[in-house]
Amino acid sequence: MLEIHNLYAAIEGNEILKGINLSVKKGEIHAIMGPNGSGKSTLAKVLAGHPAYQVTNGEVLYEGQNLLEMPPDQRAREGLFMAFQYPIEVPGVSNAQFLRLAYNERRKHLGEEELDPLEFKDLLKERARIVEMDASFMTRSVNEGFSGGEKKRNEILQMAVLEPRLAILDETDSGLDIDALRVVANGVNQLHTAENAIIVVTHYQRLLNYIVPDYVHVLANGRIAKEGGKELAVELEQKGYDWLKTAETAAPVRL
Amino acid sequence: MVTQIAQQENTYQAAFLALREEGSSRNWLHRLRESAMEGFGELGFPSVRDEEWKYTNVAPLTKVTFSPPPPSAVAEQPIPVDLDVYAYPETATSQLVFVNGILRNDLSSVAGLHHQLTAIDLREASANPLYEETVRKHLARSADYVANGFTALNTAFISGGAFIHIPKGVTVEKPLHLLFLTDAGQTSPVTFPRVLIVAEANSSATVIESYAAVAESRYFTNSVVEIALHDGARLVHHKLQRESLRAFHVANTVADLGPNSSYDGTTITFGAELSRHDLRVTLDHEGAECWVDGLYIVSSGQHADTHSVIDHRRPHCTSHQLYKGILDGKSRAVFNGKIFVRPGAQKTDAMQTNKNLLLSREAHVDTKPQLEIFADDVKCAHGAAVGQIDEEEMFYLETRGIRPDLARNLLTYGFAEEVIGKIKVDSLRQQIDKMVLNRLGARLEA
Repeated sequence: MLEIHNLYAAIEGNEILKGINLSVKKGEIHAIMGPNGSGKSTLAKVLAGHPAYQVTNGEVLYEGQNLLEMPPDQRAREGLFMAFQYPIEVPGVSNAQFLRLAYNERRKHLGEEELDPLEFKDLLKERARIVEMDASFMTRSVNEGFSGGEKKRNEILQMAVLEPRLAILDETDSGLDIDALRVVANGVNQLHTAENAIIVVTHYQRLLNYIVPDYVHVLANGRIAKEGGKELAVELEQKGYDWLKTAETAAPVRL
Repeated sequence: MVTQIAQQENTYQAAFLALREEGSSRNWLHRLRESAMEGFGELGFPSVRDEEWKYTNVAPLTKVTFSPPPPSAVAEQPIPVDLDVYAYPETATSQLVFVNGILRNDLSSVAGLHHQLTAIDLREASANPLYEETVRKHLARSADYVANGFTALNTAFISGGAFIHIPKGVTVEKPLHLLFLTDAGQTSPVTFPRVLIVAEANSSATVIESYAAVAESRYFTNSVVEIALHDGARLVHHKLQRESLRAFHVANTVADLGPNSSYDGTTITFGAELSRHDLRVTLDHEGAECWVDGLYIVSSGQHADTHSVIDHRRPHCTSHQLYKGILDGKSRAVFNGKIFVRPGAQKTDAMQTNKNLLLSREAHVDTKPQLEIFADDVKCAHGAAVGQIDEEEMFYLETRGIRPDLARNLLTYGFAEEVIGKIKVDSLRQQIDKMVLNRLGARLEA
């Protein structure tokens, strides 16, 4: 589904990603871990197409297509989704309006009929249950005045509505208390199928107790420093990331 | 150009004399108009050398010879449009229609007016013993025809207009709509809408004031609205300006707030090639509160100017002001917002914000919030911003599959919504929503 080869990316001339290789197949859950500044979030944003980042080398194939040539909105219509670490507030636009527009763009792209506001309302009600969101959030402006946890839940609601083929969750656990974390993780697990794939970007192992990854990749200084199964996350939780500092010049270890 | 202005001013003088010949007005009204005409003779039209008109050049207005209103009311001619286009379900039976500044009873519907509410022709009110004293007491008392040439001209030409009186303790639930339509025909008319609203103690009402044309045409609307709120009176006042894109619209709104009264005004500006709105709210009694909000949306060839003054003269008054502007193409807007806190006006709470969204490189805005505080125990804040669509917000919407053009429209709509959301009459709010979306060309249901 996703093939990243030797990806280099920079922001304002500073190189952040320095040769990322990653392969994700449908049905899989991958965790990207690493200390602050290792390039985790940059990787997520580059995949989503953030205009501030320049890809300086390498390629990314998504479903066999050159992902990097697509503008962000096209990537989304092709089924790529990123849950933001810091979801943006959009004053004056209701959650329901916004979600229906996004949903219909995706439907049109798939050659399906658009839903009218009433039909969409029913769908939204059903999907909101996945993240245990109250109907009152639908008439409120997108993310405006939402608490940190509500914003993250709203991201997963969007995922539930858009049903992406590949979802990238950028630090979705940050700022969540344990109950909210459980709700969000539970939502993600309900949305995971054999036909889609999920990349979980996280600093902590905590989220991975709930969303259990098939593979864990540890980023340090813009490269993948270590890879393994879910047990690697547990090991990181115990050892921290300090040991990576000595290992960061070493070639990635393939387990 | 000086000659042109002089010629224009002479045209008005001649029309004024014709109106005087008619001599149907009461004496005091006569004298008021005479005095205002003298005022106009001295003031003339403002020029850009006048600090208050620095950014708005009215010279284009003087290049057109506008036909002043005929001395006698025209015969009730049918208008070439369906009035439903301008009407609101909430005001179906509470609507006064003015065509070229003249109240048209045949087009108005007043069956649903509160039985204690008076909404009649201003000239009729000035000649009616029931209302004469009230009209005389308030007319031209706040709208200064000594300082503002346009207001002087309007005052000199008072011949009709609306007199709205809400008696003591009366709550009027149903909004009242004052619709000012211009039917230019083959001429380029100038019209002088004049409104006087007097709300007695502890009364409450909602008034919609709207301006439109039956067809795209060149004309000049010069309107003055005076509002007097007595103790504890509450007024919600929505102004919708959607004149022809070739029209000139110069308006002056003046509100005097009594003790513990509240004025909630929202002005939506869409139309006119050149528009200027002067707005003055005077808080000269303790406990008064006002909301003075607005939205201007202009595109190529349009110029919209708002000059507001919120004058805190007594302690314990509160004012809230939010003005937003959306400028596209080669358009221009001016926002000049003064807040005065006079000596002794302690515990004043004044908030003012002006935000502008520029959708094109050629759009230009001059914003000047001004706070002048002469009291020491007050809470005042003001801010102004001019910016473009936020790139991070664009990216967020795009990552949800929304195309860039639609994303931009959605964000622009969202920007406007903060002001539109303040409109209390549902169908008016929905209509403005639609107008914004149409202007943006966005296919989006509100």
